[in-house]
Amino acid sequence: MNPSHDFGVWVAALLTLFVFSFLYKDNPLYKFAEHLFVGVSAGYYIVLNYWTVIDSNLIGPLRVAFGGAAGGPLHVQQGDYRALLLIPGLLGLLLFTRLFPRIDWISRWPLAVIIGVYAGLKTTGFAQGDLVAQVQASLQSFGLVELAHAFKASELAHTSSATWQAIGHSCDVVLFTAGLLTSLLYFYYSREHKGALGVSSRLGIWFLMVSFGAAYGYTVMSRISLLIGRFQFLIEDWLRIR
Amino acid sequence: MQAYRPDARARGVASSGMLWSCALLLACACAPAVSRAALPDALDTTRTYLAPAPATGLEFHDVENDAGRGIDLHWKLSADDRARSQAVTGYVLERAQTPGGPWAVVDTLPRLTDSKTDDSVVRDTPYFYRVSVLGPGGPTRSLAAAGPAIARSSWFNTTRASVVAFVLLFFGFVLYYIYSAQSGHRPFVRRLAGIDAIEEAIGRATEMGRPVLFIPGVQDIDEIQTVAGLVILESVARLTAKYQTPILVPVSYPIPFTIAQEMVKSGYLHAGRPEAYDPDSVRFVSPEQFAYVAAITGIMLRDRPAAHIFMGSFFGESLMLAETGFSTGAIQVAGTANVHQLPFFVVACDYTLIGEELYAASAYLSGDAKLVGSLKGADALKVSIVIVIVVGCLLETFGVHAFTAWMTTQ
Repeated sequence: MNPSHDFGVWVAALLTLFVFSFLYKDNPLYKFAEHLFVGVSAGYYIVLNYWTVIDSNLIGPLRVAFGGAAGGPLHVQQGDYRALLLIPGLLGLLLFTRLFPRIDWISRWPLAVIIGVYAGLKTTGFAQGDLVAQVQASLQSFGLVELAHAFKASELAHTSSATWQAIGHSCDVVLFTAGLLTSLLYFYYSREHKGALGVSSRLGIWFLMVSFGAAYGYTVMSRISLLIGRFQFLIEDWLRIR
Repeated sequence: MQAYRPDARARGVASSGMLWSCALLLACACAPAVSRAALPDALDTTRTYLAPAPATGLEFHDVENDAGRGIDLHWKLSADDRARSQAVTGYVLERAQTPGGPWAVVDTLPRLTDSKTDDSVVRDTPYFYRVSVLGPGGPTRSLAAAGPAIARSSWFNTTRASVVAFVLLFFGFVLYYIYSAQSGHRPFVRRLAGIDAIEEAIGRATEMGRPVLFIPGVQDIDEIQTVAGLVILESVARLTAKYQTPILVPVSYPIPFTIAQEMVKSGYLHAGRPEAYDPDSVRFVSPEQFAYVAAITGIMLRDRPAAHIFMGSFFGESLMLAETGFSTGAIQVAGTANVHQLPFFVVACDYTLIGEELYAASAYLSGDAKLVGSLKGADALKVSIVIVIVVGCLLETFGVHAFTAWMTTQ
């Protein structure tokens, strides 16, 4: 065993062990790692957001628009709307009115703008990217015509492989469509799930649970690979056991 | 332009031909996806190659239904560009803003390519294009430039007519049901066990004298699930105010933090106990996903909330939160539309709101006419989608593809 001489590796390894100590129970070492992580990440994100959002998207363009780089103060060309960034800048500043109880109601205006804008953007985005695209992708042929052709061909050629392939494809599509429609009906809230609707929604929840089971197994495998990666770091990078 | 000779392979090799052959072989080695059949025979190093015949018939069209960002270009292949031929190695597409140049290379394309969309154009700017053919015998420029080609912005993207139809249908349903609900007609919404469990969980926390922990997901406000979680938060805060139970809301981003404060405050106000609102009940933690998780697991173990309510968008942290919460013995209710995380909540929580139930929860809990109207509108849209899928599948089965094509968007 030849432990690493790198100070950074030691810090990372000890913090990893501090976090693993939580498996036994909550303790001061875990608390230290937790508080360090939360504090460092919060501070890091403030600096990161300043330079990647406020400086590059607001202060930088405003400096160009008003600082003379675009040809002089207030000199803007057609299509150059950088000066309009004053409006989101002002709305951002209004958020800080929360710090003053007497005027904290003003901070609701920028919040209303933020939620309204995102709701509008997401509506069309979801409608195109999720709703219509998924409905369109679900429109599949049940393959009855192909099945008939396969039966006919198998009779002539005395072979059944194409027929079984066609039957398999038809079953796939029927199963997919049945799963889709019954799962959709499970999310129907305007009627009690009784009678035919009750049967179909129960079938739908079965389809959902089977898919959840498959997803669970798949994701657990990926999580175990993360754990293996952490152990590899401790054994190979820190303790240097090969 | 150099003369084209169909029997050019019969000549000895030129030094520039060697360079082209090396480039060609390298390109073939780096492109395993290219079909073997499409590759030319190995370059015959004992022959001389002359410049290939030019590409002709260069045509251009403004890309339709876009914001003026592309020009489609088509040309006829060089007469020497045939399968298993060595005379052509590729094409160079160039453009200029005047017929006389200066010319800039748009792209270098492999042999047997007769089209390209130039998506690096500036809207409403005229461009002239020409195509040069590359071969072992040297390049051959086209005889004339094509242009001016101008990319113009379209007012409407006609391929998205189906999106407009669905959006209008949805808004029509929502507005109708909101109007109906506001007119006094109380719409029926079936009982949702997971949502009823929220009140049960808060009641249990009250009996045990411990706080309720509400997690509105790990995403910013641009995620619609975060908005849904925050709307549910108001109803939860109303219940905690009613039962006089403390609530803890750790939040990961600044804007949801501000909105969460408003929601909790509003919940206490609507419950008639504004003085009981504690501004410290909503805490900003960190936008870093696992720092946020570490902080929440710490709260779960140290403050020992009796009820954990997870409502919003969750990712890899879902199982960590739910498992830690489970180990504390708290009653847990979760809701997310992130399909890949639902299995973890299903196994580790007492109740789980699956997918759209998260959005239905806010309407169900508040009973607000607008929210219930939108829920009923979404239900009507689901019925429409079921009809569309059944009809569309039957049309596809009988070979009618027009409906599916209409729904294909760009």
